[in-house]
Amino acid sequence: MAQPRVQWFKFSSPPNFYDLSGRLIPWFGGLAVVLFITGLYTGFVVAPPDYQQGDSYRIMFIHVPAAWMSMFLYVLMAVYAAIGLIWRVKTAEVMAKAIAPTGALFTFLALWSGALWGKPTWGAYWVWDARLTSELILLFLYLGYMALHGAIEDRQRAANASAVLALAGVVNVPIIYFSVKWWNTLHQGASITVTSSPTMETVMLTALLLMTFACWMYSIAVVLWRARLELLERERRTKWVLERMGGKA
Amino acid sequence: MMEFLAMGGHGLFVWGSYGVTLLVLLGEMIWLRRRRLALRRQLARLARLQGDSPS
Repeated sequence: MAQPRVQWFKFSSPPNFYDLSGRLIPWFGGLAVVLFITGLYTGFVVAPPDYQQGDSYRIMFIHVPAAWMSMFLYVLMAVYAAIGLIWRVKTAEVMAKAIAPTGALFTFLALWSGALWGKPTWGAYWVWDARLTSELILLFLYLGYMALHGAIEDRQRAANASAVLALAGVVNVPIIYFSVKWWNTLHQGASITVTSSPTMETVMLTALLLMTFACWMYSIAVVLWRARLELLERERRTKWVLERMGGKA
Repeated sequence: MMEFLAMGGHGLFVWGSYGVTLLVLLGEMIWLRRRRLALRRQLARLARLQGDSPS
């Protein structure tokens, strides 16, 4: 086979992935801390109370980023699962499995903070609204993915079966996103869209974007961290693991 | 400070959201740390076993 010009696959080989991600994690972790601090400071101290909701709207600074992360991480998980399923790339399978818990946690946080925001503003913790229901389905998809992955003994079959489930569930993400427009039930429409300018005060938007990037950096650090552990477990018999684990081999 | 915590009467909801978020994120990191320590001990022992037995 002709030598490919760009060594794309160099980083998908387990030892390279392990070493590279190991060097990157502290940077993403540090960035997450800085962004969380500035985001929370902007959102709680700099941003004024909302003329209607008073201070309960500040829940938005965690509710919206968590919801965005829950959807984005699911799509990312499905992409990695597809790569693993189609081209048998081991690190892609490992990444898909590493994303699921963090995605599930953000989905739970989106539902939890949404409920606590809904009570003072709508008067109810939970309503069978299109957006809330499809987000709950997303949580079940994440939990189903993890349960399926854990239930099958053989690692390769487990990866394949859960990849199929992840891909089947991807259709749910656009449903969540467009649910507010299609069914127009209780949850309000998107106030931040790439097409139109956001209908929000700039300082609130700044706090929201800071918190979103903070959640993003946090997710990268945690997912890479879990992926490295996953990789060590899968490759425990190989030389490169023994070398890095300080074995005298 | 007190009125900051009160959040205009919505303190329970605001700090209920952020408190759980903190617990969840810290919990995830603590869980990973514990898993990492257990794995390193296991792999170090495995490496020693393989190191001693002539392979």
